[in-house]
Amino acid sequence: MSASTFGSGIRRREDPRLITGTATYTDDIVLPGMLHAAMLRSPFAHARITSIDTSAAAEAPGVVAVYTGADTEGEIGPAPCAWLLPDSGLSIADYHCIAKDTARYVGDIVAVVVAESPHQAYDALDLIDVDYDMLDAIVEPKESAAEGAPQLHAEIEGNQAFHWTVTGGGDIGEAFESAAVVVKETIVQQRLIPNAMEPRAALASYTQATGELTLWNTTQNPHIVRFLMSLVVGIPEDRLRVIAPEVGGGFGSKIAVYPADFITVFCSKKLGVPVKWVETRSENYQATTHGRDHVQEIELAATSDGKIVGLRATVWAGMGAYLSTAAPGIPTILHGLMLSGVYDIPAIHEDVYGLYTNTTPVEAYRGAGRPEATFMVERLVDLLAAKLDIDPAEVRRRNFIPKFDNGHDVVTGLTYDSGDYDGALTKLLDKAGYDQLREEQVEARKQGRYIGLGLSTYVEICGLGPSQVAGAIGFQGGLWESAIVRFHPSGKVNVMIGASPHGQGEETTFAQIIAGELGVSPDDVKVIHGDTDNTPMGWGTYGSRTTAVGGAALALAARKIRDKAKVIAAHLLEAAVEDMEYEDGKFFVKGSPDSSKTIQDIALMANVAWNMPEGVEAGLEATTFYDPPNFVFPYGAHLARVEVDAETGSVTLQRYVAVDDCGPQINPVIVEGQVHGGIVQGIGQALWEEGVYDEDGQLLTGTMLDYAIPRADGLPDIEVHSTVTPSPHHPLGVKGIGEAGTIASTAAVYNAVIDALQPLGVSSVRMPLTPERVWRSIQAAQEDN
Amino acid sequence: MHVPVSITINGRQYSRDVEPRLLLVHLIRDVLGLTGTKVGCDTSQCGSCTVLIDGVAAKSCTCLAVQADGTSVTTIEGMAGDEGLHPLQESFWNKHGLQCGYCTPGMIMASHELLRCNPDPSDEEIRHGLEGNFCRCTGYQNIVRAVRDAAGSATGGAQ
Amino acid sequence: MFAPQFDYYRAGSVAEAAALLAEHPEAKLLAGGHSLIPLLKLRLAAPSALVDIGRIDSLRSIREESGTIEIGALTTHSELASSELLRSRATALAEAAGMIGDPAVRNRGTIGGNVAHADPASDLPAVLACLGAEFRVTGGNGDRSVGASDFFEGLMSTAIGEGDILTSIGIPTVDSACGSAYAKFAHPASRYAVIGAAAALVVDEDGSCTCASVTLGGLVPAPVRATAVEEALVGTRLDAAAIASASGLTGDALDADDVLGDVYASAEYRRSVAQVWVQRALSSAAARCG
Repeated sequence: MSASTFGSGIRRREDPRLITGTATYTDDIVLPGMLHAAMLRSPFAHARITSIDTSAAAEAPGVVAVYTGADTEGEIGPAPCAWLLPDSGLSIADYHCIAKDTARYVGDIVAVVVAESPHQAYDALDLIDVDYDMLDAIVEPKESAAEGAPQLHAEIEGNQAFHWTVTGGGDIGEAFESAAVVVKETIVQQRLIPNAMEPRAALASYTQATGELTLWNTTQNPHIVRFLMSLVVGIPEDRLRVIAPEVGGGFGSKIAVYPADFITVFCSKKLGVPVKWVETRSENYQATTHGRDHVQEIELAATSDGKIVGLRATVWAGMGAYLSTAAPGIPTILHGLMLSGVYDIPAIHEDVYGLYTNTTPVEAYRGAGRPEATFMVERLVDLLAAKLDIDPAEVRRRNFIPKFDNGHDVVTGLTYDSGDYDGALTKLLDKAGYDQLREEQVEARKQGRYIGLGLSTYVEICGLGPSQVAGAIGFQGGLWESAIVRFHPSGKVNVMIGASPHGQGEETTFAQIIAGELGVSPDDVKVIHGDTDNTPMGWGTYGSRTTAVGGAALALAARKIRDKAKVIAAHLLEAAVEDMEYEDGKFFVKGSPDSSKTIQDIALMANVAWNMPEGVEAGLEATTFYDPPNFVFPYGAHLARVEVDAETGSVTLQRYVAVDDCGPQINPVIVEGQVHGGIVQGIGQALWEEGVYDEDGQLLTGTMLDYAIPRADGLPDIEVHSTVTPSPHHPLGVKGIGEAGTIASTAAVYNAVIDALQPLGVSSVRMPLTPERVWRSIQAAQEDN
Repeated sequence: MHVPVSITINGRQYSRDVEPRLLLVHLIRDVLGLTGTKVGCDTSQCGSCTVLIDGVAAKSCTCLAVQADGTSVTTIEGMAGDEGLHPLQESFWNKHGLQCGYCTPGMIMASHELLRCNPDPSDEEIRHGLEGNFCRCTGYQNIVRAVRDAAGSATGGAQ
Repeated sequence: MFAPQFDYYRAGSVAEAAALLAEHPEAKLLAGGHSLIPLLKLRLAAPSALVDIGRIDSLRSIREESGTIEIGALTTHSELASSELLRSRATALAEAAGMIGDPAVRNRGTIGGNVAHADPASDLPAVLACLGAEFRVTGGNGDRSVGASDFFEGLMSTAIGEGDILTSIGIPTVDSACGSAYAKFAHPASRYAVIGAAAALVVDEDGSCTCASVTLGGLVPAPVRATAVEEALVGTRLDAAAIASASGLTGDALDADDVLGDVYASAEYRRSVAQVWVQRALSSAAARCG
């Protein structure tokens, strides 16, 4: 017990239910009289729906109802986009939950069947007869911007959802004109498919007598679901209860509130019985949001000794056929504002064009905007190093923002909180044995082997964020978090939080925070989350914000408790409050630690209230709403070592070393787990993963047979290290760690592969670095020579 | 058409008349209410649905309930005994071998298979042996540690 | 995820299975189900009935009899991979079986189901063709034995006709020193073969190659023999240089029009690098000739 629990790698309390199969995910819930919904989805990427005949489906065994777009007219509004990016000409196309007259991506919902069993519902889908009039499709974002491209939405010219810019520092044109060195690159940040292991699901139960609805939903943010659901379906929030039960991973794909969620609620409301919808994995590939999908034209200007003087970029960001809930903020705010990275860059300019394409909507995916920014910067820095023939580590050092512990302004307008970027790189090079690795590389090259070393030094923005900033950047919600800490008479504690962890382990780490602040055993703390009826409002778990914001709310609530407990303790010990001391769960008069009241003593007294100080309310409970003064900025340095088989182009990742700094670690084992998982997802982007559409908008990687998710084999053990730089503005000094690995690792692996291929003259390969792509780049470089 | 199926799951016998198309995983989850076994894909790739059929690992999404007629099936719910958690469950807990937990039941059953066939695997053999089970959270590293730990405890117990 | 409806009949013997097939001509045979059930779930197949032969125990065995290793059609990939007999006498087959799917898939998938499905990206057809396998088929037209080149007719197509049942596969054994191997470029998602190369070599007492069989799968609709490679190997001592030089003739076996390509690996790429896998299979096979 006690304060020492903070910082200890204790086992997770989430696990006993998860390792025994007794946890309850949405699809595990069965309600009396429950029906099953199945969605008919457009098999075409762009087609006018000329007629739908549902009569045969309606007659099929077990079928209770079939609805099309016409049935939902006036009943449910379009699925909303809730990040109204200002000053960007944002044009939001109506995202009808059931397509009205046009389907705009493979997976757009055309009808829904409700039946007594899932089998019957799927049988009936086959009986719905839809006539489509095919339209030309467009899938590539840059091509979507071109003149003459097929147009998705009549009211939106040029398929442009927005044009956002960031300009900071000195004159960018001048920086490039006067620069001694300029390096340029075009990067395709390929489309990724998140693949949370639990497919999405919704179970809606509407009671007509009371007008109340309960929705179990695979979501990262149940309070946002309730808010948006009430707007779209018209059930007021006080009658809407949204429960995120056990949720099997999200990675950004369970932020959005989806058409299928609204439709499931609509069906339950219409039929007055519970209705469950569970997507199949194939459906997940088509209809659950994707990530990335950028084409980036980037350039960096520098002096002849490698000092960066300017960075300029144009990005075409594919948004899919409609704007998903938080989509516009991802390739802009979370991307463009981070282009300074860990470097002192005096001038930055970026144009981002958000474009509609006939593809699945693109949303946040682990890292959300920041991996795409880090990759750009880290790639350019490596190109600069190659051009000047300076070691990549050295070029980084020449440009790092010097160590700072309380605020550093970058030209994009952000104020980083604290960082020692050179410290992280130094530790990395030391742990990895960088100099020796370089020597080994020289030896390997002599033997005709292609070994490469890749660095990635990153900083990321997380802990979203001050609500005032949220308002200024068009986010249609707050970004504070809340916590209630409630002591029972027995001294046991319930913590209710608005955030909604789904695998990250905050039931454990939050109990550790309480243990650290109040001296109770973490085993005596139950953390409750995910149910809008018994948790305070919160904005959800994404953007590595749960500990960074919710954890702060919790710590401050605990401190409120401590303040109140101190007053009660003083009263019981007949001392003045100002003479009281607190240590490790005990309150005592200065100098008399033997005569003390424990927090449990106080909890009992406060709850029975037999002898309370004058004017002090009964109970030992506190609520805090914490709105952070700034974001937090974790950072680190990663190294990858690869070997490329030049004969076939296949890449073997031999070693991966990471140094991350997320401030003080509440539970280092959980931090390490987040780092492992994050890094592997980023490796997946570098080496294996890509959502591919053909030119007609058919998803060619539409199952787990086609889309390559990292497996246990093919990965080395990741060597995890850390430095600790507290955030100056967070009550616990902590930053976020959920996305850091993903933000860093793609660039590290990519840079390593290019480094390996340097003797062959290869400087660019499109991701993922499949054997064929690497092989072709080698062939092309040899032809050029 | 309905076909009678009699099956023992975690030591208890169940008899039901089922449609031939009913998958074993749906019998287990939807008909019998043992929801610990998960469905994560529709192409036999992810391994979330892994169970033991007569002691041997199988993907219950790629087996018809009628094919399992007369067999004895073990699911994640059957792993812990009167004496407490199975060593694999303990080691997954101790080594932080899970995060969201969705792949975990299948991963534990696949790990059981791995140790059945190879009681003292190397890390590389563990990674290879788990190639049929996806985890999107952990990056697999702590799963490898957990299996290694469980193998150690198994051999340790035997010695 | 939810298959369409079908009827189900369980056969207790091959004769009963044949009778059921005759009675239900649109039925499909169900063995381990690892080729068929995924198709049913994705509604890519919708047979009216399944005849389950999975419990005909007589079809599940590996035994050597008079110069042939006879493998029952229901033998699982796990059983193939762990069979001592195969590991020593038909190494490539055990090796390839151990690379199919993953452990749980190998526990239920069967050799008969696999070859009857004849997926070009499957591992076993190329190996069986390399090892000169004979496919025993029984059915309305009586029993017959079909060689690999006739059995694999093309993309997902075999010599198994309506009412036929594949009962076993025979692999001839060789008395002289020999070795075989399978090398595979696996698709990172499906684990099916992008390129699969099987090699079987026989050497005389001096270590000189007397017979070579090299087959490619994965990149072609049905397994093809690399005869130019084979011919170049015979008479050599199977040293690295000989293997490298013979492997370089791999392209001769691959008619550019026939090579398969997909979004992951184009036909051109597969054709260009196939020799690397041939070389790897040959190197392993040669090393096993001791």
